Amino acid sequence: MAQIFAYILHQNGVMDDTAVELLAAGAALEPDASVTALVVGSNPDVEQVSREAARSFDTVWKVAGEALAYPNAEVIRPLLARLLPKGSILLMPHEHFSMDLAPGLSVLLEAAYLPDAVAFEERQGQTLKAVREEFNGMVSTHVACDLSSGAVITLRPGAFALDQEQGKNGQVVDKTEQALQGGIPEPLRRFLELVEAEAGDVDISKSEVLVSVGRGIEDQENLEIIHELAEAMGADVSCSRPIVDAKWMEKSRQVGTSGKTVKPKVYLALGISGSFQHLGGIKGAPFMVAVNKNPKAPIFQVADVGVVADILDFVPQLTEKIEETAK
Amino acid sequence: MKMVLISPAKASFFGIPARLLWWIIPLAGTGIFFYFLYRRSIPLRKASADPRTDRLLTRAGAALRYALAQYRQPRYPFAGLLHILLFAGFVILSARSVNLVFLGIVEGFTLPGLSGPLGTVYAGIKDMAATVVLVTCLIAMVRRGLFKPKRYEVPPRYGKSHTAEAMGVLLMISTLMLADAFFEGSQAAFQVQNNMEARVLLPFSLKAMAAALLGQSPPSALQTVHWLSYLIHEVVFFFFLCFLPLGKHFHVVTSFFNVFFMKLDKGTVKPVRWDVSREALDDLESFGVKKLEDFTWKHMLDFYSCADCGRCSDNCPAHAAGRPLSPRFISIKCRDALFERYPLFGTGAGEEKALVGDVLEADELWSCTTCGACEEECPLLIEYIDKIVDLRRALVDEGRVPLSLQKPLGALEKRGNPYGKMERKRAQWAQDLEYVRVLGKKGSADTLYFVDSITSYDDRIQEIARAAARVLQGAGVDFGILGPAERDSGHEVRRFGEEMLFLELKDKNTEAILRSGAKRIVTADPHTFNALRHDYEGIPEVAHLSQVLDEKIAAGALRLKGVHDPKAVYTYHDPCYLGRHNGIYDAPRRVLDAIPGLNRVEMERAKDRSFCCGGGGLMLFYEPVEETRMGKIRVEMARKAGATVIVTACPFCMVNIEDAIKTSGLEGKMQAVDLVELVCRQMDPEPMPRKGPPAGIHAKDAHGK
Amino acid sequence: MEILVCVKRVPDTSENEITVNKDGTDIEREDLVYSVNEWDNYAVEEAIRLRDKVGGSVTVVSLGPEDAEEVVRREMAMGADKGIHLMDAAFEASDGYGIATALKAEILKGSYDLVLTGAQADDGAGQVGGMLAAMLQWPFAALVNKVEVADDGTLKVGREIAGGNQEFSEIRLPCVLSIQTGINEPRYVGIRGIRKVASVEIPVHGAADLGLSLEAVGAAAARVKRLDYFLPELGEGAEILEGTEEEIIDKLIELLKSKGGIK
Repeated sequence: MAQIFAYILHQNGVMDDTAVELLAAGAALEPDASVTALVVGSNPDVEQVSREAARSFDTVWKVAGEALAYPNAEVIRPLLARLLPKGSILLMPHEHFSMDLAPGLSVLLEAAYLPDAVAFEERQGQTLKAVREEFNGMVSTHVACDLSSGAVITLRPGAFALDQEQGKNGQVVDKTEQALQGGIPEPLRRFLELVEAEAGDVDISKSEVLVSVGRGIEDQENLEIIHELAEAMGADVSCSRPIVDAKWMEKSRQVGTSGKTVKPKVYLALGISGSFQHLGGIKGAPFMVAVNKNPKAPIFQVADVGVVADILDFVPQLTEKIEETAK
Repeated sequence: MKMVLISPAKASFFGIPARLLWWIIPLAGTGIFFYFLYRRSIPLRKASADPRTDRLLTRAGAALRYALAQYRQPRYPFAGLLHILLFAGFVILSARSVNLVFLGIVEGFTLPGLSGPLGTVYAGIKDMAATVVLVTCLIAMVRRGLFKPKRYEVPPRYGKSHTAEAMGVLLMISTLMLADAFFEGSQAAFQVQNNMEARVLLPFSLKAMAAALLGQSPPSALQTVHWLSYLIHEVVFFFFLCFLPLGKHFHVVTSFFNVFFMKLDKGTVKPVRWDVSREALDDLESFGVKKLEDFTWKHMLDFYSCADCGRCSDNCPAHAAGRPLSPRFISIKCRDALFERYPLFGTGAGEEKALVGDVLEADELWSCTTCGACEEECPLLIEYIDKIVDLRRALVDEGRVPLSLQKPLGALEKRGNPYGKMERKRAQWAQDLEYVRVLGKKGSADTLYFVDSITSYDDRIQEIARAAARVLQGAGVDFGILGPAERDSGHEVRRFGEEMLFLELKDKNTEAILRSGAKRIVTADPHTFNALRHDYEGIPEVAHLSQVLDEKIAAGALRLKGVHDPKAVYTYHDPCYLGRHNGIYDAPRRVLDAIPGLNRVEMERAKDRSFCCGGGGLMLFYEPVEETRMGKIRVEMARKAGATVIVTACPFCMVNIEDAIKTSGLEGKMQAVDLVELVCRQMDPEPMPRKGPPAGIHAKDAHGK
Repeated sequence: MEILVCVKRVPDTSENEITVNKDGTDIEREDLVYSVNEWDNYAVEEAIRLRDKVGGSVTVVSLGPEDAEEVVRREMAMGADKGIHLMDAAFEASDGYGIATALKAEILKGSYDLVLTGAQADDGAGQVGGMLAAMLQWPFAALVNKVEVADDGTLKVGREIAGGNQEFSEIRLPCVLSIQTGINEPRYVGIRGIRKVASVEIPVHGAADLGLSLEAVGAAAARVKRLDYFLPELGEGAEILEGTEEEIIDKLIELLKSKGGIK
């Protein structure tokens, strides 16, 4: 059986949550497989992350170098192509870094590329039957991926979530020398700088989780409870048009045909009746929760889950409970 | 002893006869004036074609009504009164001024017909007129300089204040009045001093006051005043004449023609090019107005004619909502651009300015809802909608369309509705109304109900469609719909400048309408009504549902019971495309008043001054920069009128007003209802139930499923 | 700068639900309308703007059956100078690798400095650009939302990464970029524009023209094959949570967690 690797994303010396999802995916791919974590970066981050990864993975391969301080796909791709044994299966979360790195890597490895898988259904020999989504999640497909010459598989974040025990004491192997083999050539794409988004300048069209507020909030001062909930959930705040019209929130936060089109995974509609214009701005069939005191609000027609309640009462309690469970 | 002062014609200075001067000034003045007119006419001759010589009798009537009778001036009572007085004075005194000019050349000259008793009467009238004009000028100056009416303000982005120009002109007119008064007054004073009877000296006339003022002056001083005032009159008169083509007072010259060549067909939109047939449109290099010369000559004449009175912008809902549009400055900016490119002397600036970009802004053009309030108000009948549509056509041609509009336009191209909904769902609103038949292959009906996109697809607005169907059924109208064969009427598509897409929609609809075999078309959407009535040809007669309701109620085919909420106060909001563009103001009001016990009030801005709710069609998708929303302003007007229910007769008004009620925090205190919905509610006996066993051809069968 | 933009014709699904045919072999396409993939449209606009700034030409290429020509034409109406249509029965059922293989062959026939693709397609996963770059051994950047031309044969590109942050890199030409939406405001293409290019000849290249063996593309070369389509389970209307407030909140938190709504 092919060796399975999990590419560990990390930031500031902390392993990304997606790492344990990769482990789960590895298990789904091959129940008894031992998944090897790959940690690439510069020290001391790599040291720290490798130790953290070793609590979940049996084996951790680490590659550290000053030139790897910023994850530049153009640098890391050839290095992985050199390091990974022929026929390996590499798992990565599907996000901006893997979209940069993975397609090209599959070519270098002469391996199959299976992007953005949401589930592994079954494996028959060297053929993996996986589930993907198309058209913003409106349709799912089964795909057959030929693993015989290895594969690079990216996974929809959250799709393979699994409670993972962290009790392992994995082995950390330094693969720096093997991967670098006499240094890193000057890449054809050179990292210059990172420009951070201005505070309060959230692009809701890119948000995965949105807490959206409508007229049910009644007063500008009440918006505080929405922000508190969003913070507790790790979500961004959006709104419907009346809130923008009242100048309670920026236009950039408005969801709807006259506002932004959003494609979140989860959409919490609070005190939003669900006008045609508002719903027109929500794409990608998110998991939608509606809270509205009017049981006949049209939002309940389109939401997955509904709660008939006054958001002014309900939201603070929900926030409190979420904060509690997080502790 | 001489009994009269030496006339200017006999005067001489330093041995040179003054008559020379009285020849030179008029000749030079008129020469320069006509040269200026010639220069101003250059762009008009380079402009696009615009046939305006049809229906001459109607045009003459319009000129009489709007130019001579100043028909629209009293819409602003005070300013209108001032203008009417000035204009009347202008008409009366022009004869006098011409006479004065010739007086310098021919001693004692009188215009033919003004020498006898008629002349005496005229002299009296013109003395009064001059007095009135001066007083009017003074009032106007105080008004403009001290009270500064808001509509004359020039926002910084549109340049400097125009007050100096206006004051200058008022000053010139005043000077002319005073110069004549002193010219004649000095003569009269001289005659009085010599115990002669002066010619008609009306008390309190300027002339009398001048004479009184000069009463004690020595003859030599009187002679000086006599000549000097003549000189001043001469100079100012011809300076003023030459000044006219330089600015907003060009309207003195152009307005008669501007009114005579007015647009006679309300509700229409001009073709892309008057001189290019529809078939030849594909071969056109360029579409719309991209440079000044692309305007038609009449539209250029509009720019020349703008008197800068600000009434258009004062009534413009986009302007009121703080959108970057002020119709007044469309005219002023384009006029200034014309002046710059076609100057009075020499050649214009070499570098051509981008019309949209340097002179106008794209946002300005997209901000217009084409409600027509500006055109309704303009005393000189200046057109805005056609120009804005022409400018939008150019933007569309260059691909400069805001993203918010590209999506609905793309959907209209592919699916025939701006939402991108499937064609086969177009009749879904009627799936529980078994009597709603789809016309075409499977049958015909007397009347075709043209539903249009928003009423077909918008959840809330579908209620209007269902109410319309029930009311038509209840009134015994044999009707059906086009169902999936119907396309958007394209009303807004055309007005947003996508002419080719409009023509495609129109062709498809025309074919489907003719195939339906209907003899009459009704619609509840004024935009649709306007499109079918003015933009389509060769289809059956079109009526708006309010007209049908009015008809049926009058004929007794539709009976209405007592109003179900007698405490409510109703007000009717005139949709722009029913009222202003098509003149239907009374039918919907009669329908309302036919409901027993209904309490109706009028808003301050009603009928032809109705205030647009925010616009329909593609305007719902456009994201303008604005301070407030038109709908909110409108709802506030209704609240002020004491209304609790706003009745409208347009689906877009419904969307905008319902939205505005919510955003104004008036939910529960105020309601919006469509006229058809209200009638449906008040029908006696009650309309057919919504649900019933399916029978006959059903709307949802339309797709053959 | 010689720029090639790869575009794809996709069903326009934004306003209508998609259904799957009876045997699950395809989505119901009868009622669908098609347009150019949204991301690709931004890529073409960016290419046109770059060309207008630094000169050169823009070529649009699309691989697909007969109908693909329609989107090539549309992008030419937008302002692209040339169009190429890659069509061959052998291309059918290609996976991303197969498509990249055909595009690579086409690119090598010309002399392009820059190749743009959309960051992804509605019915894809953003793979072709990256594969193509690797095959050409050109540098690549994904999710590009800013491009500036430097005069030393490089571009300064901004990539959109998590949290709305932007990563700037310098990339050497020739290169492949995948373009993210929002990089510009694509211009409108009206009916008139399309009619203007209606009669422009668009060359069609097949596998043989590209010097590709039939095994290099299509189903034969695909290592990832779509087996069927199915609709994700959907309930009708909202499931209204009942019970005491506490029970409702507990249930809701559980649901939110399982759907990734609580981080």
